[in-house]
Amino acid sequence: MENKKKRMAIIASKGTLDMAYPPLILASTAAAMDAEVAIFYTLYGVDIVNKKKNHSLKVAPIANPAMPSPVPFPNILGVLPGMTSLATMMMNGMIKKINWPSIPELLSLCTEAGVRMIACTPTLEMTGVSKADLVEGVEVAGAAEFLDFAFDANISLFV
Amino acid sequence: MADIKPDATLDCKGMNCPLPILKTKKAIQGLTTGQVLFLEVTDAGSKSDIPALLRRTGDELVEMNESNGVFSFTIKKG
Repeated sequence: MENKKKRMAIIASKGTLDMAYPPLILASTAAAMDAEVAIFYTLYGVDIVNKKKNHSLKVAPIANPAMPSPVPFPNILGVLPGMTSLATMMMNGMIKKINWPSIPELLSLCTEAGVRMIACTPTLEMTGVSKADLVEGVEVAGAAEFLDFAFDANISLFV
Repeated sequence: MADIKPDATLDCKGMNCPLPILKTKKAIQGLTTGQVLFLEVTDAGSKSDIPALLRRTGDELVEMNESNGVFSFTIKKG
């Protein structure tokens, strides 16, 4: 209803399953609230929009003492083989239990709602990911393009 | 709900944030100004989330009720 739309700029820099949700949830919700939203995917965050990877993002249990566990579990044991898969399986179970959409589903809700998605060019260069590997609708640009949007943002978040 | 007949209904029971917000927004978009949406949600956060959404979109919350853990909202498109 404001004459000028509110604006939110998010930088998504992490590529783990737990850290993929917050930017997408906030972005889709803000778009529903009639805000202009852009997410800048950089470093590991590019995995969130990488078609080859975003359906199988993982959770790292090591150095994550907040990771819930059915039994008391010293965090250092997270180095053992298979622990990342185990933590990921548990996380996926919790996500299913509360009926959350998957990351690819949430991404399409975002693009449908008009959220701008920008993947960072040096990251693509560095990791050998091409534009064809990215989810449809993702733009490829550098810091200046994102900042041009973010300078006028009411909310800026680094995730 | 007494005297207002909804033009559309939306069942978001069992869904968690942000789905009720996204689905409600979509449902409102499908209406024309003045039409009414009847919405049911079980997500406890919706009690404040749905009014917050409507404050931003300029649609009107006509009525909100709660019974047995189900929040129901009557929304008029602005």
